[in-house]
Amino acid sequence: MRAVEDLVLDTLAATTAARRAAEGDRVDGVEPRFVASPTTTAEAAQVMRIAAEHGLAVVARGAGTKLSWGQPPERVDLVVDTSRLDQVVEHGAGDLVVHVQAGVRLDVLQEHLAGARQRLGADPVLPPAAGSGTAGGLIATATSGPLRLSHGAVRDLLIGVTIARADGTIAKAGGKVVKNVAGYDLGKLLTGSWGTLGLVTEAVFRLHPLPARARWVSVPVTSTAAAHEQAQRVLHSQVVPTALELDRPADAPATLAVLVEGIEAGVEGRVTTLLELLGGDAGVAGEAPPWWGRAPWAAGGVALRLTHEIAGLPRLLDAVDDAGRRYGLRPAVRGSAGVGVLYAALPTEAEPEAVAGFTRHLRDSSPAWSGDVVVLDAPPPVKASVDTWGPARGLNLMRRVKDQFDPQRRLAPGRFVGGI
Amino acid sequence: MKFDQASAGGSGLAGLTERLRGLLGPDSVIDDHQRLRTYECDGLAHYKVRPAVVVLPADAAGVVDTVRACAAAGVPFVARGSGTGLSGGALPHADGVLIVTSRLHRIIEIDPANQRAVVEPGVVNLDITRSAAADGYYYAPDPSSQQICSIGGNVAENSGGAHCLKYGFTTNHVTGAQFVAPDGEVVRLGGKAPDPTGYDLLGAIVGSEGTLGVVTEVTVRLVRAPEAVRTLLAAFPTMDEAGAATSAIIGAGVVPAAMEMMDALAIEAAEAAVHCGYPDGAGAVLIVELDGPAAEVEQQFAEVERHCRGHGAFEIRIANDDAERATFWRGRKSAFAAVGRISPDYIVQDGVIPRTVLAEVLRRIDELSRSTGIRVANVFHAGDGNLHPLVLFDDAVPGEAERAEEVSGAILDLCIEHGGSITGEHGVGSDKAKFMPRMFSESDLDTMQLLRCAFDPDGLANPGKVFPTPRLCGEVPGRHKGAHPLQETGIAEVF
Ligand SMILES: Cc1cc2nc3c(=O)[nH]c(=O)nc-3n(C[C@H](O)[C@H](O)[C@H](O)COP(=O)(O)OP(=O)(O)OC[C@H]3O[C@@H](n4cnc5c(N)ncnc54)[C@H](O)[C@@H]3O)c2cc1C
Ligand SMILES: Cc1cc2nc3c(=O)[nH]c(=O)nc-3n(C[C@H](O)[C@H](O)[C@H](O)COP(=O)(O)OP(=O)(O)OC[C@H]3O[C@@H](n4cnc5c(N)ncnc54)[C@H](O)[C@@H]3O)c2cc1C
Repeated sequence: MRAVEDLVLDTLAATTAARRAAEGDRVDGVEPRFVASPTTTAEAAQVMRIAAEHGLAVVARGAGTKLSWGQPPERVDLVVDTSRLDQVVEHGAGDLVVHVQAGVRLDVLQEHLAGARQRLGADPVLPPAAGSGTAGGLIATATSGPLRLSHGAVRDLLIGVTIARADGTIAKAGGKVVKNVAGYDLGKLLTGSWGTLGLVTEAVFRLHPLPARARWVSVPVTSTAAAHEQAQRVLHSQVVPTALELDRPADAPATLAVLVEGIEAGVEGRVTTLLELLGGDAGVAGEAPPWWGRAPWAAGGVALRLTHEIAGLPRLLDAVDDAGRRYGLRPAVRGSAGVGVLYAALPTEAEPEAVAGFTRHLRDSSPAWSGDVVVLDAPPPVKASVDTWGPARGLNLMRRVKDQFDPQRRLAPGRFVGGI
Repeated sequence: MKFDQASAGGSGLAGLTERLRGLLGPDSVIDDHQRLRTYECDGLAHYKVRPAVVVLPADAAGVVDTVRACAAAGVPFVARGSGTGLSGGALPHADGVLIVTSRLHRIIEIDPANQRAVVEPGVVNLDITRSAAADGYYYAPDPSSQQICSIGGNVAENSGGAHCLKYGFTTNHVTGAQFVAPDGEVVRLGGKAPDPTGYDLLGAIVGSEGTLGVVTEVTVRLVRAPEAVRTLLAAFPTMDEAGAATSAIIGAGVVPAAMEMMDALAIEAAEAAVHCGYPDGAGAVLIVELDGPAAEVEQQFAEVERHCRGHGAFEIRIANDDAERATFWRGRKSAFAAVGRISPDYIVQDGVIPRTVLAEVLRRIDELSRSTGIRVANVFHAGDGNLHPLVLFDDAVPGEAERAEEVSGAILDLCIEHGGSITGEHGVGSDKAKFMPRMFSESDLDTMQLLRCAFDPDGLANPGKVFPTPRLCGEVPGRHKGAHPLQETGIAEVF
């Protein structure tokens, strides 16, 4: 047995840095056998070939900030650590595109881009304390922060992608031009696929200019109806908000905050308009509120994603309250009310049955706001007692896609919706 | 494969036609030779195939019935919207069914509170904007064909338009669809809310050119109409200068709503056709449109003007009202058709390059044109590097059509060489399948086929489009690549 392990490790090590897994390499509690850290797409593909050869189950790891999200993998033999795939391959500043390796850290990337007064229009939903994630992790989890209202989601920013497939085949789709309809848009398919279709090794993103000025206008909201009315007022106005976020802590009043960006004169005018629109309690600041762009949960807590049609906001919030009352939970809710993506947090100590009941109740009432309820992260007993992903339309087709890309089910098996 | 069996069986198609009549009613099924001719091509008229049967379902259920009947009979089908496609995507299959969506033209819902519209696939693009305008909304993707093309066709082609530079393409504006997979399974993907659970199948379907199934309903994003719109037309002595101005504007962090360029030959054609009165002696005209909050637009407008002058614009006109704006656009929007005035025949090419190599690629196209004697007129979306060279020829001159084809292909090679794409909005269709291997490796194409096989293992949905050589779906991926190099050498090597 030992000999086989050694042989596999030797084979991996002949390709790239590889070692036996240690305690800290666990993936949501599941212990892997090896860790490989390729530096190029070719090396990564070779690692995948070796994994295929030996039937190893593979989980990719970027910075590990969301490694516990989703279902724990059924098994992991090999962690492919992308931290050495950390190069900015090409920044075409004049074309507003950047080509990176998957392991590039987003904070490093943003700093690099800021030098050219540009940014990748993606922002964190985790506090900086969690550390910066990677481009690959961003694509795999497709979680979006406040900027999504104006810049689009990760799927809209990704214009080219290179993957190493389960069998080690290197494939790319898209390219480095914004406008491109040659072939299938596999980038979209990979976005939000949680490492179950291929290892992302390189990506090309479109960029946006950094605005000269930013202002946050915040207003307290005292009811779900008020939150809705204020949000609608802003969305139907001409102020062109960059972001519109709602923060509703478990035990403090709620706030709606609107970010406006642009050139100096324009921003000031729009701020004035916003203050009028939102009424006497609204105030303006040159900095983001402290909760801005941060998930509402504490480490180890229960993390939910609640999507909704934008006018469904009050019905969703009422349903959250209703479910909370029923199961004795007081969730904090925060997120992009102007887009229709909210995050909710339940306390770490919440009983698994209560979380399951809460989730079920929300799902049952979801037709009222037309959205999905996903438990992104939770302590193991909670994950075990709740259908974390919930129902997905088109699951049959999703399974067929998975079967094609990973017929042996070796890529993060069991992580994703429907046990994919 | 199935399809061969069916037609070999003799009664396959005939039986299917009868079955379709029964399902959809006799008026919705056409197999009369004369009437079928209406449908033998799309906007790319030099490819013609007469379909075996045309169906015009009256509702989504009719489409589902048709697809199911095709699946049962193993007969291929092709969806068709308005037939304005420019890559032969809706080219019929001679032994297949053409499913025309023109009667599926209901706007089901305009929902400003959710900033969405729900429509049937045959709805004409511009009709969405017309219906949403009263609420202060519009549908952003605006192909020049927006007065006739269908939203289903837009979804299939991931269509673009002049305003996509700032607002994105169809794929950024479709949030939901109802869809019939080639085996007849009906799937609702997405809706009015973002991020439906699971893989982004909707993202995969948009731009798949009808090869993954038929879209029977579409939910699109509606965009708030801007407070202000300002349009400027700048005349430059040469394309080089206009190209440099384009780069300077984008480089300054301005994101115009649209940025369109025309060269001297295109201007000449537009003048001949619509007398748009563009400045005399211009080697290039650049149209820049800004929209957004009024104060922003004013200041950025001044900046755009400065960059244009700085790069040699000798005349700048500013539209003071909608009528003047319309005149600027009339020349640009009519340019394709107008070329017919200065050349008996022409090819509309569609390629993309990074914006920063615009000047160089245009120079190379010019060289190509000079060396071959084939005139090329350029009209294009400068802001996102999407070229539409119009390759002019006279079919009556022996050999000229072939030379025009060569020039047209060479332009695509230039695009690939510069890191661009063989199509930015018109699609691959029948026309460019052969160019796909120039842009993508065998592995890339093979990987795209994995998606195809997941949706359409029997290859019934729009076969023969997009890919030069479809993969056999039964194959186990990777097994056909020969021996594993590790096995061969006994040691891992990087390659
Ligand atoms: C400036 C800045 C902007 C940011 N913007 C965003 C944002 O818009 N949205 C957002 O969600 N977060 C954002 N973040 C946070 C951070 O990037 C996320 O935590 C990131 O999404 C997760 O990356 P990770 O490397 O920690 O992933 P991990 O926690 O290592 O992995 C998460 C999941 O992705 C899979 N995975 C990781 N890498 C790959 C790969 N190469 N191929 C296939 N699967 C892979 C893993 O298997 C796992 O399932 C931002 C951070 C900063 C500093
Ligand atoms: C003068 C002119 C100007 C144009 N300008 C532009 C432009 O600026 N930008 C641009 O992007 N394009 C442009 N086009 C090209 C064309 O209008 C677009 O590709 C348009 O999206 C095609 O729509 P259609 O309804 O005519 O589709 P069709 O030509 O009927 O079909 C196009 C493709 O879509 C598929 N399809 C159609 N309906 C469905 C459905 N319901 N489900 C699944 N597949 C379906 C077909 O099988 C085919 O592959 C122009 C064309 C012309 C003639």
